[in-house]
Amino acid sequence: MTALPPQITGWFESRGWAIHPHQRAMLARAGDPCTLLIAPTGGGKTMAGFLPTLAELADGSHQGLHTLYISPLKALAADIRRNLTGPITEMGLPIRVEDRTGDTSSNTRKRQRADPPHILLTTPESLALLTSYEDAGRTFAGLRRVIVDEIHALAESKRGDQLMLALSRLASLAPGLRRVGLSATVEDPAAIARLLARHPDPCEILQADPGPDPDIAMLTTPEPPPWSGGGGKYAIPRVLEEVKRHRTTLIFHNTRAQAEIFFHHLWLANDEQLPIGIHHGALAREQRERVEQAMTDGRLRAIVCTGTLDLGIDWGDVDLVIQVGAPKNVKRLVQRIGRANHRYNAPSKALIVPANRFEVIECVAALAAVREHDLDGDPRGPGPLDVLCQHILIRAAAGPFDAGDLHAEVITTGAYADLPRETFDRCLDFVATGGYALRAYDQWQRLMQRPDGLWQLRDPRAAQRIRMNVGTIVDADKMAVRLHKSRGGKPLGEVEEYFASMLRKGDTFLIGGEIVRYEGMREMVVEVTRTPWQKPKIATFMGTKFATSTQLSDRILSMFRQDDWPELPGHTRDWLHLQRKVSRLPERDRLLVESFPHDGREHLVAYGFAGKNAQQTLGLLLTQRMEAQGLNPMGFVATDYATLIWGLDAVEDARPLFSRENLVETMETWLAENAVMKRTFKGSAIIAGLIDRSMPGGKRKSGRQATFSSDILYDTLRKYDPGHVMLEITREEAMRGLVDFGRIEAMLERIGDRIDHVRLSRVTPLAAPLFLEPGRVPVEGLASQRLMEEEAARLMRTAGLETA
Amino acid sequence: MNAPSPPIHVLQFRGHTLHAMASGALHWPAAELLCVSDLHLGKSERMARRGGPMLPPYEGIDTLLRLDADIAATRPRTVVCLGDSFDDAASADALDDVTASHLRPLMAGRRWIWIAGNHDPGPIALGGTHLSEYRLAPFVFRHIAEPGAEAEISGHYHPKARLSGRGRGITRPCFLVDGDRIVMPAYGTYTGGLHCDGPELSALMAPGARAILLGVPPVAVPMPRRPA
Repeated sequence: MTALPPQITGWFESRGWAIHPHQRAMLARAGDPCTLLIAPTGGGKTMAGFLPTLAELADGSHQGLHTLYISPLKALAADIRRNLTGPITEMGLPIRVEDRTGDTSSNTRKRQRADPPHILLTTPESLALLTSYEDAGRTFAGLRRVIVDEIHALAESKRGDQLMLALSRLASLAPGLRRVGLSATVEDPAAIARLLARHPDPCEILQADPGPDPDIAMLTTPEPPPWSGGGGKYAIPRVLEEVKRHRTTLIFHNTRAQAEIFFHHLWLANDEQLPIGIHHGALAREQRERVEQAMTDGRLRAIVCTGTLDLGIDWGDVDLVIQVGAPKNVKRLVQRIGRANHRYNAPSKALIVPANRFEVIECVAALAAVREHDLDGDPRGPGPLDVLCQHILIRAAAGPFDAGDLHAEVITTGAYADLPRETFDRCLDFVATGGYALRAYDQWQRLMQRPDGLWQLRDPRAAQRIRMNVGTIVDADKMAVRLHKSRGGKPLGEVEEYFASMLRKGDTFLIGGEIVRYEGMREMVVEVTRTPWQKPKIATFMGTKFATSTQLSDRILSMFRQDDWPELPGHTRDWLHLQRKVSRLPERDRLLVESFPHDGREHLVAYGFAGKNAQQTLGLLLTQRMEAQGLNPMGFVATDYATLIWGLDAVEDARPLFSRENLVETMETWLAENAVMKRTFKGSAIIAGLIDRSMPGGKRKSGRQATFSSDILYDTLRKYDPGHVMLEITREEAMRGLVDFGRIEAMLERIGDRIDHVRLSRVTPLAAPLFLEPGRVPVEGLASQRLMEEEAARLMRTAGLETA
Repeated sequence: MNAPSPPIHVLQFRGHTLHAMASGALHWPAAELLCVSDLHLGKSERMARRGGPMLPPYEGIDTLLRLDADIAATRPRTVVCLGDSFDDAASADALDDVTASHLRPLMAGRRWIWIAGNHDPGPIALGGTHLSEYRLAPFVFRHIAEPGAEAEISGHYHPKARLSGRGRGITRPCFLVDGDRIVMPAYGTYTGGLHCDGPELSALMAPGARAILLGVPPVAVPMPRRPA
């Protein structure tokens, strides 16, 4: 064990603090190549990560960078700097701590490369950027330890993949580098350990005392939740009561739109004018920072928020977490609950508010899972190739490299451990030449192979461009929302471009808790005026959408097998009994399909329980099959558990519709044309360096001829070079992302030929809420043209012009 | 056998009948003239040459295949390319063999007029007539619209327009037409657009101007303008 120097032990003693057992354990393993610490928030996790560093640096003999700390949030890096500088000063240790993020000035950043501090706190993107400089070798020489904070959050995304690739580079620059990961509770610590460790190094997993179980329950309300919809508006009086009863409450929502609507109604009901704020990713930065500051100062009684507050600054005063809407995922729920009471060994307190009747079942299932410590999560699969392509570019920016060496380095990364050399070479070819069947760029290759076999940038100026495109976060196209003023008014936030494109003059929507009226679009800015007296049109801008996890869906299906449900409130219990009487309840190893006439149309419901994305894909596939069979489907709507399709003709036998061959075949033809694919393509193309962030979809150039859509690139590529590696990457991405075909396949596997098609004379209890679901998708062929013509005719008439 | 008539929008401009085609070409049947603007051939090559991204190098072929189809459908005796036919002078020189071999047969047997654009001012080695502007009464064809011009057909701006109908936003390249001028959409495959409700096009086009959005067939609407 690393002995603690007297300055440190003295500091702990002077405060009357004992070193936690897991902090001791981390010191004991300080020499190990890799350690993963799983600890609840408030457990002194960060200190556990830094203690060995402080001990090693105490004698002042180390020159240059010693420890790199990486967190997913730059705010967290700054926060840790403050929290670390205090004790270091008090202990009188000769240690320099600095942070480096996108907000750091360019002078400081330049200086940090030449003269790095002992401890550098940064983000995955800033680290990747650091490794792209020619002097990276000098910056990182002497680096001993890397601490990856909130690694559970990073491990779920490409940011984690990029980070681990950067660490593989650091391991070459600073041999013997030791890695430490700090994680919240996760379902599969071994999987995170595999990602973290330098393959094939071992990684020991330390579990800190998880503390007492959370005090968590479903919020009971006098009136039952509505049959459908989200938002939990019905529960507002009860939520306000709870807010009054606690010091500070975090009120989590699954989407920004729901957070906005809830916040709006909360204010309308807030007779006592309790200070309540709102925080989500689409708000203007100034507005977010104001709320964060108010929170830090303890001026707020509650914050309505989304996943943006899942991580981050430790607000010790939060004593209640309310989750509105079914949590979709047990692990996320547990992590959110952990945001309450950041004091060690105090139980976190949380309430769940089901937004509708079905979510009551989901919440009860989730609560049971929390009690049984049964967390969920889906394995992520091998490392994505778009991130690898960017890594190759970053490596090239730092100087000439040998392809074999780089491949050897890359496969020390857990997620890329099985990457075949051939796949690596295809990515290298793509990065170097574009990888097109038509070898158009031989003269203008981005990377060239020198006579000595090393690869280097053809034009060294390209390095600058590569650096500008570092990062794996690709936002949907956003448009700024500003108050309408002659010289551009106050920024309020952002909405997604597609939402903006649906707006008509006079439409009202919510942003930042304000109701605004759409006045017009000026280039790429949505201009609005304040209209506090009007009723907002539903804000449908998206934010992150999660599908209910496989494990949680399974739990619900298991609940359906019970004869009775004493754990459910009476209204929900009666509902399930009625469904069983009228039709039947879905079962795990079977597929329930109901069909019935309603309102002059034929309807079909497939209870696949495959999650919203997959059920949506299923809707698209089934309607296409039905179209081909002349059944005239007209539209569908999908939820996490079912897809409802309506059309002119009844489906006599649903079984053939669900044959695996049929669905896969439809999938192939449908996929290529799909908007989901184009969206996915854009994201991957930006990450892989095919298009600049400042080009299609990226920031608009100031020039007159703005950017062209990345959809054009996708179509061109598909038409002239269908075997291109970028299309392969896109397909793979879409299959595991938005299309989620994997879960449809898993469902088909599970049900086999056990399809129960029940023909009924009217709507069933379980199907009824589906009729109220928003997000109905019309099935159409030449709809855009028809819509355009209709709208044109209307506009021409309005303007008193002829249409010809 | 007649080819099926292409989807077009028929417009009257200065007493002449013109066809706005779904592809973004403008056909003047009486003069047997086809006009296209802003082909931007060689765009992907130029970007790669300047150290930018290596886009799929197929936009030249794609643009010319569409032009081929339009020429086959309209059989013009004269083709006017309204400038910015090449992304820059060097792309015209560096035009790859595939693209060049598609272009030559299109040019054969008809009058081909290259109007100089702001991207490709210099003369090029491909044949055809090179002009800074072309007059065929009553029209004048030039790259950039001039203030106060009459009966002018120009390109340059890559206009596009946005409509929203029943909860779906639709953005398309468009022709802009008022009593004095037509501004053509860009024909090239890799070309972006300038929203016609921006200040420049709102200032250029007279009140009462129409936008003809590309579609099958193209459709006309009052030109969306900058809110006053």
